[in-house]
Amino acid sequence: MSMPFYVAPEQVMKDRADYARKGIARGRSAAAVLYTDGILIAAENSSATLHKVSEIYDRIAFAGVGKYNEFDQLRIAGVRHADLKGFSYSREDVDARSLANAYAQMLGQIFTHEMKPMEVEILVAEVGTAETDDQIFHILYDGSVVDEDRYSVIGGDAEAIGGRLEAAFQPGLDLGGALQAAVGALAGPDRQLTAPELEVAVLSRTNGRRAFRRIEDDELTTLL
Amino acid sequence: MTLPIFTASDDPGPSFAELLRRVRPTDALPSGGTPLDISQATTVVAVRYADGVLMAGDRRATSGNLISHRTMEKVFPADRHSGVAIAGAAGPAMEMVKLFQLQLEHYEKVEGTMLSLEGKANQLAGMVRNHLPAAMQGFAVVPLFAGFDLRREQGRLYQYDVTGGRYEEADHASTGSGSLHAGTVVKLGFRDGLTEEEVVDLALHALWQAADADSATGGPDLIRGIFPVVATITRQGFTRVDDGEVRTRFESLLGRLTSQQTGGTEPTA
Repeated sequence: MSMPFYVAPEQVMKDRADYARKGIARGRSAAAVLYTDGILIAAENSSATLHKVSEIYDRIAFAGVGKYNEFDQLRIAGVRHADLKGFSYSREDVDARSLANAYAQMLGQIFTHEMKPMEVEILVAEVGTAETDDQIFHILYDGSVVDEDRYSVIGGDAEAIGGRLEAAFQPGLDLGGALQAAVGALAGPDRQLTAPELEVAVLSRTNGRRAFRRIEDDELTTLL
Repeated sequence: MTLPIFTASDDPGPSFAELLRRVRPTDALPSGGTPLDISQATTVVAVRYADGVLMAGDRRATSGNLISHRTMEKVFPADRHSGVAIAGAAGPAMEMVKLFQLQLEHYEKVEGTMLSLEGKANQLAGMVRNHLPAAMQGFAVVPLFAGFDLRREQGRLYQYDVTGGRYEEADHASTGSGSLHAGTVVKLGFRDGLTEEEVVDLALHALWQAADADSATGGPDLIRGIFPVVATITRQGFTRVDDGEVRTRFESLLGRLTSQQTGGTEPTA
């Protein structure tokens, strides 16, 4: 009778983390930046139909990078979670924190118990009624959650992009300023990103009940 | 609350009702017994005009021979470019509207595209059909659905029956206990290409005549300042007509009707 080889738990976790990180690094990154009227999310995405940035609820948006089918599954679960909660209680009771926790629970569970971790990194952003109430949650493939203020970057090249965004970011940016800071950081010093290569959306305080709005085509080109 | 995750074969897709059924199986309605006296909502009309469609409804809800609410709203936005108006058992009707609004938004978010106007009308037909067992017990809900079709660039409207039958009407539709009178007024006053002002006047006149002849339909309440809900749906979307404007138009309508009664002379105080 053969015995299974012993593998140290540290090694198992490390291997899974490496696997997930490799998967995430293959895709392009996304960044969320606070601006005066809400939160801007920009992603490098050459597809006009396979979205990385989407609406979850009235004041909540989602951004994911990594494996498309995996983060899209998370996005749909988030829409269902939010719509069910709003239907059972009230629209005001749907918040990003509880959604971020639900995502973290699920990703953590899969990371430790399943054969393969999810190769995704996601953002959950919520625009508040006042500038100080805006929230961005950054959730990693292993279920760890980071509550970020000012800006957040997800994806393989997050560290370098985050460094560039740190230099470009200042409080009180307007929409155009926030977009240029985010796109400049995503592109880096050697490249220029144009409208067809970008997916941009905002959660805007002045957009009525549903704060989510995509910025596309001419509007995007003008702002760039 | 954990994340609702389903296996591929059990996935509810973009349907919110299916999702609700998966996570919270509902109890069947109690059957038999004597019909309960519950709040009923009454007359609503929809009329096509030059820029789109108009929907209007009175504000009265009744339980038997008593008025249970004076400020009930029966015309709601379904999404940005469509509206739904209800008549029938008030409680189930409000629930149906809430579910319908949510279903359209849920579909849009999950699928990333909006349903066509026809698709929305069919969704509502399904909901009315599912409500048939309750309708058989006396809790019927009969909605109207209208919207601006962005693909065809025109206003369209739909009428339903309790079995979920869906009938597209070319020009106008009405439902509820006062619909016979309201419908007749609209039918006589309708012509192609009405302006917004004309169509608002026509709808208010229809509701007034319904209120005049049907005890379950409420007229304008000048003392409390309660007026019918009137909304237009155009390329720009669903817009509710301001109460102040409805009041002004009602006052001029009442003036015209009064002068008809008195043979063309203004009444003396």
